[in-house]
Amino acid sequence: MNDGKLLEEIERYLNGEMNAEERKQFEAMSSSDAAIGQKIAEQKEFLKVLKQYSERLALEERLNAIHDEIDVHTLADELIVHPSGIVRLWRNHHSKISVAASIAIFVAMFAMFISGTFNNHDAKYMQLARKVGSIESQTNQLKQRVAQTTTKPGYHIVDKFRATGFAITADGLIATNYHVVGDNDSVYVQNAAGKLFKAKVVFVAPKTDIAILKIADTAFKGLAAIPYTFKRSESDLAENVYTYGYPQDSPVYGRGELTSSNGLNGDSTNYQISIPLNPGNSGGPLMDGRGNIIGIINAKETQLEGVHFAIKSSYLLSAIDSVSKEDNAKVLLNTKNSMVNLSTVQQLKKLKNYVFMVKVYDK
Amino acid sequence: MNKETKSTVPTDSEVILGILNNSESVLKRLYVAYFPMVLQLIINNNGTPDDAKDIYQEAIIILYNKVKAGDFELSSKLKTFIYSICRRLWLKRLSQMSRYGGDIKDFHDYAPVDDELEKQSDMDVQFSKMNAALQLLGEPCKTIMEDFYIHNRSMQDICERFGYTNADNAKTQKYKCLQRLKKLFFHQK
Repeated sequence: MNDGKLLEEIERYLNGEMNAEERKQFEAMSSSDAAIGQKIAEQKEFLKVLKQYSERLALEERLNAIHDEIDVHTLADELIVHPSGIVRLWRNHHSKISVAASIAIFVAMFAMFISGTFNNHDAKYMQLARKVGSIESQTNQLKQRVAQTTTKPGYHIVDKFRATGFAITADGLIATNYHVVGDNDSVYVQNAAGKLFKAKVVFVAPKTDIAILKIADTAFKGLAAIPYTFKRSESDLAENVYTYGYPQDSPVYGRGELTSSNGLNGDSTNYQISIPLNPGNSGGPLMDGRGNIIGIINAKETQLEGVHFAIKSSYLLSAIDSVSKEDNAKVLLNTKNSMVNLSTVQQLKKLKNYVFMVKVYDK
Repeated sequence: MNKETKSTVPTDSEVILGILNNSESVLKRLYVAYFPMVLQLIINNNGTPDDAKDIYQEAIIILYNKVKAGDFELSSKLKTFIYSICRRLWLKRLSQMSRYGGDIKDFHDYAPVDDELEKQSDMDVQFSKMNAALQLLGEPCKTIMEDFYIHNRSMQDICERFGYTNADNAKTQKYKCLQRLKKLFFHQK
């Protein structure tokens, strides 16, 4: 018996189309052959699924027919929950509202721009230079001294600004801040031993607040080889940094960390650092732990505790390049770092000979 | 929707009897009575009227199958049952489309119906398997199978439609087709 014939027999059996004798014969056959029994069960199951399938198709057809009689569109309009007034206002008029808002923002920005809100040089940004004595006290002193000239011939000149600077080359190029020297030409630097040398301003970059001085004094015999190097790339956040400078008559060491790669209002020429600073630290070197100069201390945020700034060393390097071009003489920077493996104490011992107190006198 | 159909919401027992007796009018009244409720649920929860049709028909089919299988116990009102099923199905659909924001706006009470849906999803699998097998079967087998098993046409009809010289030839062809369909159905992944 082939498969087709068997299938037909099974179907006839399941549909009850067999007569009693055939039925008996078939049942006997299926009970003797397990494969046939299984085929019967399979067919039964399959026909059930097929029946369900056809019933479901028929039902779906009926439902679709009923559905087509319903006016879904009108019904949907009735049933949708209308959003509240403000949402509807937005949906109906969002283009107009957007245009109005853009204009309002534009006008506000324009007004802020005109009124100088975006100006970085506002009152809270105080330059670090220390003004030694106010003009008033200066005049008073002068008056007193003038009165005393009968007993004391000559009078002591009072320095106007005092800050810090550090050597770039052994032959006496010194870096400090532009706001320290300004347009004054009477600039002196004092070394760690207390010796005072006359210096002239060879380059200023007011935008980045960098000034480069050159010691122009016959008493100056040059320095020993510079022990530190200048870092070209940017330093990373959380780098341990320190500075060394003259906020007072004796040098002061201060340490902290690099806290941001941008300065006040996102100024990308500056780092933000967490070193406690005082007026007079301006122009001092910002060192990382491995004897690299990574910046110049320059200003202080007056309204926040522990927020200070330093100019990135890459701007100092480009200032040095400008000096090279102007003077037609290449400034050779030290490339051999002799501080790299020293402890901070040892580093400072070396560093102190290259950091100067910068004194500026009135014209 | 006119007033006449609105006034003829069938009672719950009417619906069950109607389904058992294959009553066309009860099915229609049932369909018309609860469709607005489901439409309201779905169009106010990120759906379209077409989504509402799909979901509602699925729910009706579930109800229909349960009643036919004789295991339908009305533990809550039929209205609540249909609403709950549709709500559950729609939530599932929304999360499949990742449009579900974690919040659904409800208009009626609802009851947990997860068990019902599990049984139904088995049937859905078989349905789509059978559908796929029929699509794979090809002509003329597909039409012969549909005519005989779905539209319940007689062998004589089929014989004439396909131009077989005698009923025996048609029968042989039918069994060949049936065997192929079974093979396709049972060997699907």
